[in-house]
Formats: sequence, structure tokens, C-alpha cells
Amino acid sequence: MAKPETLILTGYGINCEEETAFAFSTAGSNARIIHINDLIENSRILDDYQILVFPGGFSYGDDTGSGKALANRMKNNLFEEIQKFIERDTLTLGICNGFQVLVNLGLLPILNGFDGNAQAALEYNASFRYQCRWVNVMIEKDSPSIFTKDIERMHIPVAHGEGNFYAPEDIIEKIESQNLVSMRYIKDDGSRGNSEFPFNPNGSMNDIASICSPDGRITGMMPHPERGMFFTQRDDWTLLKEKYLRD
Amino acid sequence: MPQPNTAKFRIEVFYKKSDPRGIAVRDKFISLGYSINNVYLADNYLIDIEVDEESIKSAAETLVQPVTQSYYINKPYNPENFDYCIEIGFLPGVTDNISHTVRESLEDFFKNKFDEEKSVFYTTCYFFKGELDKDIISSIGKELYNPLIQRIKIYSKEQYISNNGMGYEIPVVHISENSGVDNVDLNLDDESLQLLGREGIANSDGTRRGPLALDMLSMNVIKEYFNNEEKREPTDIELESIAQTWSEHCKHTIFAAAIDDDTPGGIYKSYIREATARIRKEKGDKDFCVSVFTDNSGGIDFDDDYIISDKVETHNSPSALDPFGGAITGIVGVNRDSIGFGMGAKPVANRFGFCFADPEDEVPVYKNKSEDSKLLSPRRIMEGVVHGVNAGGNTSGIPTPQGFIYFDDKYKGKPLVFVGTIGLMPKKTAGRSSVEKSALPGDNIIIVGGRVGRDGIHGATFSSEALYSGSPATAVQIGDPITQKKLSDAIVKEARDAALYNSITDNGAGGLSCSVAEMAKECGGFVVDLESIPLKYHGLSPWQIWVSESQERMTLSVPDNKKDEFISLMTKRGVEATVIGKFTSSGRGVVNYKGKEIFNLKLDFLHDGLPKRNLFTEKNDSPLKFAAFREPEDHNEVFHKMISRLNVCSFEYISSQYDHEVQGNSVTKPLQGKGRVNSNVSVIRPLLNSLRGVVISQGLYPSYSEIDPYWMAACSIDTAVRNAISAGGSIDHLAILDNFCWCDSNNPFRLWQLKQAAKACYDFAVAYGTPYISGKDSMFNDFKGYDENFNEINISIPPTLLISSIGVMKDITKAVTIDFKIPGDLIYLIGNTGDETGGSEYNAFMGEKEQGEKFTGTNIPKVNAEFSKRVYKAMETAVDERLVASCISIERGGLAVAAAKSAAAGIMGCEIKLACIKDNVIQRNDIILYSESQGRFLVSVNPGNKDKFENIFNDLPCHLLGIIKKESSFIIEGISGKKIINTDIREIDYNYKKKLKKY
Repeated sequence: MAKPETLILTGYGINCEEETAFAFSTAGSNARIIHINDLIENSRILDDYQILVFPGGFSYGDDTGSGKALANRMKNNLFEEIQKFIERDTLTLGICNGFQVLVNLGLLPILNGFDGNAQAALEYNASFRYQCRWVNVMIEKDSPSIFTKDIERMHIPVAHGEGNFYAPEDIIEKIESQNLVSMRYIKDDGSRGNSEFPFNPNGSMNDIASICSPDGRITGMMPHPERGMFFTQRDDWTLLKEKYLRD
Repeated sequence: MPQPNTAKFRIEVFYKKSDPRGIAVRDKFISLGYSINNVYLADNYLIDIEVDEESIKSAAETLVQPVTQSYYINKPYNPENFDYCIEIGFLPGVTDNISHTVRESLEDFFKNKFDEEKSVFYTTCYFFKGELDKDIISSIGKELYNPLIQRIKIYSKEQYISNNGMGYEIPVVHISENSGVDNVDLNLDDESLQLLGREGIANSDGTRRGPLALDMLSMNVIKEYFNNEEKREPTDIELESIAQTWSEHCKHTIFAAAIDDDTPGGIYKSYIREATARIRKEKGDKDFCVSVFTDNSGGIDFDDDYIISDKVETHNSPSALDPFGGAITGIVGVNRDSIGFGMGAKPVANRFGFCFADPEDEVPVYKNKSEDSKLLSPRRIMEGVVHGVNAGGNTSGIPTPQGFIYFDDKYKGKPLVFVGTIGLMPKKTAGRSSVEKSALPGDNIIIVGGRVGRDGIHGATFSSEALYSGSPATAVQIGDPITQKKLSDAIVKEARDAALYNSITDNGAGGLSCSVAEMAKECGGFVVDLESIPLKYHGLSPWQIWVSESQERMTLSVPDNKKDEFISLMTKRGVEATVIGKFTSSGRGVVNYKGKEIFNLKLDFLHDGLPKRNLFTEKNDSPLKFAAFREPEDHNEVFHKMISRLNVCSFEYISSQYDHEVQGNSVTKPLQGKGRVNSNVSVIRPLLNSLRGVVISQGLYPSYSEIDPYWMAACSIDTAVRNAISAGGSIDHLAILDNFCWCDSNNPFRLWQLKQAAKACYDFAVAYGTPYISGKDSMFNDFKGYDENFNEINISIPPTLLISSIGVMKDITKAVTIDFKIPGDLIYLIGNTGDETGGSEYNAFMGEKEQGEKFTGTNIPKVNAEFSKRVYKAMETAVDERLVASCISIERGGLAVAAAKSAAAGIMGCEIKLACIKDNVIQRNDIILYSESQGRFLVSVNPGNKDKFENIFNDLPCHLLGIIKKESSFIIEGISGKKIINTDIREIDYNYKKKLKKY
């Protein structure tokens, strides 16, 4: 099988593009980092790719709300190209600030097709403080997300100030009934985080850490899988190592 | 009709549902004792552009999160219930990042360029409901804003309604146009010349432009130079430029001066540089230094192909005035020391160190005799500084894996804010060495990044003086991490590897005047056209443009054949790049403005004309307070109080709000174990496809300084080295950095302390073979002002030396953390414990407890480097053989605190017997528990490895003290066998974490 081509966006304060590219390369794709201005200048570049990734970072310094200004830039310059891209057999992933961009861009949740209108929000953390910590998440079995397929549980880091997922009642009902939640924060025993800090690190509605599109091809998540690629990235690896050395 | 200075549109954005920021503000004021029911916020964008109402509506929609927010245009938000509205915006000319983003978004939306000076402004409105009156709301306002950078407007609800909201005023910069260049007469009497040097050039109205910080010796040399060599009067821009270049901040005049008759080379050359030279020579082909002292950072080998760079800066004076702005500017500024190292190193980690007064100290201190001149309280300084490094580091995508906080009342006049950046750079880029750089005659001088404003004028000369009431507010800057991130990415990820420039440096202190002149050393001269420099607003005088310290700028030397490609790349990346002149080989620096030559100086004079001073020191045997007290009866109580002290307790709230995982390079974290306890050392993996790691740590002991500055410095070095070893570092590949923050450095006694510390810096760096690669000093951290009764006071910081260590470990999978891991593991104390409680945290505590004032004592720890080096080599072996399950380097608070941290981190109890310390001669349990003797570790070891481990330490002090327990009890038996500490791990966790939790 030919290796899939992955386009990792950068520019304007995106800052996780290198490790995200490393992760996609390690996972078996050709990953290329492309500046958003180069993409605007030559939007046909998108035609060469099967996977589009909005990495984490602080696009536009989170000014006027996280992910907003970059979503505007995409809308102002690449609306039709994105529409065309998602209509093809492609995958789109937003991590952390990338998830915030997808939500503001109206790519997630995408309940009525892509119209550029946000239907949900990632609000300030309930603690009103940036939180960098490792959490546990469970993967919803019935979620169609391609990215979380065949995974049950993950120990994974979050680092954000605005990760508190919120959607109005009618929207959240649809998200839940269509199984569009792909990840939820849980406690150590596997039970739901129940909005309790630090298990649910931001106060997200229904402990939501990640959602996806109904066809599972677009996924956004607050946790950073690219920061949990290696054993030695874990917060508990020195403890696990001691245990394994003795087994 | 909008009036001049008002905006055409005012867009107010507010929450439809509850605003989490409002809740946070309300809770904060309730915790400060106010009676507040509710707080609502509105974000306001004042926009003055020529578009119709329909278009502005569409544009406004892009500023709103439609699910949670709503907005009004030219109609005030009117929350149901409020008593007062406070509006806060920036003063004219202050960096306003949000407005910058909004203008860019509007330009993108309308596909049109708008005026950078006056099209978009941002303010925040706070609507308060509670038990309020005019005085109370005014004190709330004071808590919310900083008059040095912000403006405030307070309306009662009635005023708000009758005025139809907060209004349309916009803070456009107005400077009476002064494009002239003045000549300055230096042929003055001594008194006038001295005044000129101290307070600056006189304006026509008699006011002065701000300190040149030039003493009589320098003023006379400058006068002679112009009289004899140039045969004319200097222009103001020439004099300002010389002052910047010769400032203590840039030239380190005290470190460069001859000191006493026995050290003509001075502190820097004789002790710091010489130590490195000797170590490198002794190491021979094992020397790992690549670039020391000459560049923006120091650099050492990472592996065969990469260099790791490091630099630690301070940003103390600005942080005293505007803690947020000072700290963010500091961290973003030191990032440029990495980007400006060699051809450009990618920043891979930040670190910090904050010295504050007790945040609960609310006794006011004043700059002058007026109520309005109150210094910001220690709490506000701490909150602002912590937030500033958060905003700067997180936004830039650089992890902050390591740092410390330290408290002493003597930092009440001036806090210390240490910020450091570690960089990674390939040894070769585009086929040439990345370290060697040289501007060539004929190269274009190009500046990239932010524009020039009045911010930061006289920063270099200001930080060379004590803080006093005339300090210029223009010395305050606010960093703009996104502008810099664009610049940084364009340089270190693209332009560097395309070999588009020959040299690069940072614009920091002294602005262009220093960066251009500094680079011109490489080729021999420069010509600059001042009019070509892009400005934030009109009306700057030529000298101001030249010395302004506006942030996020770098200067590059670009050959003609790469010029277009370079500028086009920068433009594509949203980075402004401007050619401002040429490098030459004329031996002179020349600046032209509007067709006139306004600056023409010999470069030799500018760089080397500064007269060398000879300083003298004087020992002063001030009597020290002995610490005479008995061993306490209740060790449990003392133990819990010790672990909750400011200088020992958890600062998790800082570590967890600083992203330490970005770039995926984290190996061992700032918070370790399930119990999340602050470690004093971290390991990162800057290259994801290599197993090599970088070990970073810090050491400082300001409380030892007044007792003996020599041993203070020795302990700082030993700690920085030992901490690195405890995590898996190797003493054979470990470098250090020195940051001296001193006080009153014209005083011969302070200079004597400095010289003692510097001597130890030489002795112990050489003994450990750990070279200095970079350093910085800040010599006047003094405050002169008034106390709460308006009596004069001087507050000087304790002489503070920060030693930072940076080392390379070959295999990160061998890194060690501090947490106890497996029940049944053996607990060892490595190293010798002496009766060394002088200056200790324990003495401070006992003094406060018994007499309401810290005890110092005299017996501070000493360092036996030859012996400790053997211990450290043995520890390296044990770690290398994977025999160490946990290791903590014992520092402030001694053995008891170290044991508490390892136990709390692992959430595991333990039983420790002091009687198991071999050859113990100390009769008091409290001294064994809290002595801060150097050279020690507390480790836990798999019992299956007992013999192997003990063999490695067979002729070294290795004491098997106890065992890790499955149960949560934490027990320490005294020398007589009695259980003197008998507590529970949950109680330790609670007391260790409670102190700073609320911030």
C-alpha cells in the first residue's frame, strides 16, 4: 500500500507541528509541514494530501478566543478548498488548539454539513488556569472516529487553558445520540471523570475530550497524542520501569 | 459625529451564558475580603476604519464565539445587575497584542490595509455587583490595573446609563514632533557634567531626558574624545549611544574593572573566564565546549552533529514596575539569545527562577512621599511575574520543565526574575559551520520583527541604577510572543538552513545602537539610514529610534545576492523585514537622517573607549547573630511546619500552568511521582530520534551570603552539579552558568563579598571540571523609598548568585526521579552530614518561632569538592547500572525535607533510623534532620541490588537508614531509638502543598 500523504499546518503561532509530523512519520505516513500562507498562495497543494492536521499551539496568541483568528483566516481564504478536501476520501485531525480551530471553523461537530458556523465551543477551563498534566481517557467503542479505532483507554497529556467543551442542549443531544464523542476523561478506576478536577481537567460537559464527524473522518481532541508516543514521555515511566525491571 | 481621537465603531463582546472569567475575578476579590455578588465582563474593540455599517457587522461576527457570546455595535452592553463598571485599556503606545491580532484579522477579512497606529484598540469592561461604594470600587480598580501601562475609567450604573456606555475614546499616541538632533555641550563645569551623566541631556524646557548613567570618569573621556579627535560637540544620538554601549548592563563595568591590587584582570577575566580556560585545557580532547562567553548564549556539544546552547538572563527592574510585562519580555527576550546564538538555535526549553518577598506581606512601601507612589505588593508582583512567564513560554511553544521560587523579605523592593532558554542547533547548516558568523563589508543591515516605539527607552541605563522615583515608565515593555514566534520559525526553521544571512544578533538592551555596533565589530563599520526604520507611531526623535528597546526584533547581515530572497521569505511568513543600511570596513559607525549625518564615531572608541576602573574592596566584620536554641520537644510539629515553609513547599500551581510537554521532549518532569512533588532537576530529550538527553538544574543560597559569600557560592555550585547527577547527569559532560544579582555595588564591602563569591566560582568550577559557558550580572538591586509611615528606607536584596547547570546524558532511559517506588526498597543516605545549620531554613524557622525573627547562625555548609567528586562519580556508576530506583539531591531543608518529598512523591510511607548513620558525631536529632550539608543524596534501592550498590560506595559514606513501607506511615527514629517523627503520608502531602495552593 502506498504511504498516505499528511499535511501538517504551521504558522501564526502553531507550535506542535514538528512532533506531530514525527508522530505521523513514525506511524507510517509521509508527513510534510506546510505554512498556512504557502497553502493560501497555492491551495492546490491540498490535492496531493489524504490527511490534514491542525496541530496544537497558540495560533494568534489565543487573542479574541482560542482558535478563532486562525479559523477566520481559513474561512477568509480557504473555505472552498477545505470543503473540497473533506468531500474527498480524506482524514482531518485537530489537536488541542487545532481542535479549537476545527470547532470555530464549523468542521466539528459537523451536524448539518460544512457551513463555516460554530455549533459548539471550547471554553476557559473551569479552574480558569492553564493545565499541563497527564490524564486518563476512555475511547467510546461506538464512536466512528478513524483515529481512535480499536483503542480502549489511554494515558495521555493535556495542556490548555481553554478545553472546556460546551454545546447547547439540542447540539449535545445529537452529538451523544449519534455517538460522536470519541474520548472521555475518566478516573483511575475507569469510571467517568464526572467533571471532577483533576480527572476531567477542564470541566468539559459530559467529560468530553474528543469528538468526531458522523463519518468518523474528522476528529478533534484536546489531549496531545504526539506527546505520548514513547514510554519515556509518560509521567509514570520511571515507576513502571522499576516494576518491569523486577518482573 | 465621532470626534477626533474617538473610534467610529465600538464592538462590545459579552457572554450569553455565565462568563468563566467573571467567576474567576469575583472569587479573587472575595478572597481578598471584598463583598461581591457578581462580575460580568465585556471585551471591547474600538475600531476606526472607513467601512459601512453592514460590513462592520459581518466583521464583528468574526470576533464572536456565536455559541457562547453575543455582541453590540455602538450600543453599550447592559448586564442586568451591576453597580459599577470599570473599563481598562492600555495607555497610548503600549504594546497591545489583541488589537494587533484583530487588525490583522480585519485586514484579512476586508483584504485591505489599515492604519497601524490608530485603527484598532482593545479594552475590557468589568461590571461589578456587590456591597460597593466609590472608595471600594476605586480600590478594586487599583487591584485590576497598572497605571504605568494602563488607563482606567470607572462609572457608576447611573453614569454608565446617562453617558450611554463607556465612550469611544482611543489612545492614539501624541508626541510633539521632534525630529531634530541637538548638539550637546560637554565643556561644562564638573557639577553640570556630572548632572548630565546622571540625569541625562536637558530638553529646551529644562527637563531631562533620563539617565545616561555615565560617571565623571566616563564623561571626561567622552569630552576629551570629542575635543581632541572629532574636534566638535557630540550630537545627542552619539552621546545616548555611547551611554547605552558603556552601560553597566551592556559592558559589565564592575565585572570588567580591576579589583584591588591583586586582581588587575577583574572578576570576569580572572575568575570566570579563567576557570573555563583552565578546565578546557585540562580536559584536552574531552573538552565539550563549543562557544563560550562571546555569543548570545554559550554552547556545548550535544552529540557529533548537534550543539546545545544555554543562556540565563534577569529582568528585575522592569518586573518591579510591571510584573507581567517585565516577566513576559524577559522570557521572550532570552528566547532571542537562543535564536541569536550562532546562526540560530531552536529554543527547546525555558527555565525560570523567581525571588519574591512573602506574598502575604501587605505592609505598603512607597517610592516617594505620596500615597500614589505605592510599590506593587509582593503578591501582585508574584502573580504578575508567574503569569508573564506563563504567557511568554506557553504561547511560544517552548516547554518550561524546570525552575524555582525563593522568598526573602529583602526582595520586597526589587524582585529577581531569572529566565533562561536552552537551544538546539546542528553543528553545520547549509554546509557551513553554524557557530562561526561574521557580517561582511557590503552586507545589508536588515532588521526583522516588531516595529520601533518609545517603549524600553533607557532600559539598559535604567537597569544599571537603583530603583528610584524618577524611573522612566517608558522603560516598561510588553512582549509579543506571536510576533516573535513567526520571526523565530522563519529564521531557525527556514532562513538559516537556506544560508540567507552571514550573521545575526538579538536586539535587546540598547536596541539598534548596540546590536548594529556589536555586529559591526565583525567587519569594521556601518552606515545606517535612520529614516528607513519602521516605526510604531510618528514623532520619535532620532536618538529614541536608535536606542529604543522595542521587543521582538533581530538584526541580520544579508549579502546583496540573498537580499531579495530573504525579504520575500520573511514577507511570506508575516514578518516585517527592512534594509536599514550597510556594513562597511571604514572603522566608523555612521548614521544618517533626512539627508544629514547625525552620528559618526570611531568604532574603536565606542567599543573600547570606556575607561577601565579600579575598584577596591573592604572586608567588614559585622557581628552575626548566633543561633542558640535547644532541640525542640515536638519534632512532629516542627517537621510539618518546615515542609510547609515558603522556601520548601510545593509550587505545583506554577509548574502545572507552564507547559512542560510541548515539543514532546519531556523525560523527567518538574512534578514527579503520583504525588506530584517539585523536583529540583529535569531531563529533556531535544532530538526525538536520539536517546541522548539534556539535564538541567539550578542552585542558590542567598541566606548564606551575609555569613560567608565564598561558601555561599561553593554551595550553589555544588547544588547545581549534584542535582544534575541525581537525575542521571555526568560530571564529565556538565557545564554551568553564573548569574550574579548583587546590591549597592559601589560599596567596598559589597565588592568584597562579590570577590569572595567569584573566588569560590573559580575554585569549585575548576575542582569539578564544570566550565562556565555564559553568565550575566545585575549589580544594583536596591530600593530607596519610604515605609508605611513615610520614613526613609533602603531595601537591598541579599547578594544572590544563581548557578545553573546543563549537562548531557547518553541514555535517557536511565534517568532517575525523586519518588519512592516500591515497598521494601532500601533507603540510603549518601554523603556526610555535619553540624551545618548556619543560614539554613531550619534556623530561620526556629528564629521566627522563638524570637519573631530569623536566626542566621554562622556554621554554613562547606564543600569538599575533591571528596564529593568521588561520591558523584560513584553515583553516576550506580545510576548507569540501573541500581537506583529513586534519588533526591538533599538541599534546602536537609534530610528530613528530602525524605518527605520522596515519600510524598511516591505516596509511600517509610521508616528511617538516624542511629544508622555511621560514625555520627552529632548529638542533636534536629541538626541531623535539617542541616544543609552539601554533597548528599537520599536514594532508594531494590534490596536485590543491595550488595552491588554498596560495593560501588564501599569506601564512601553510604548509610542504610531504612526501608520504604507499604503502609502510609512516615516514621523517623531519633539517635536514641525513639520515634521522633511519626506521621502519615497524607498529612505530609497536605502540609507540603497547602501554602501556595490558593494562588
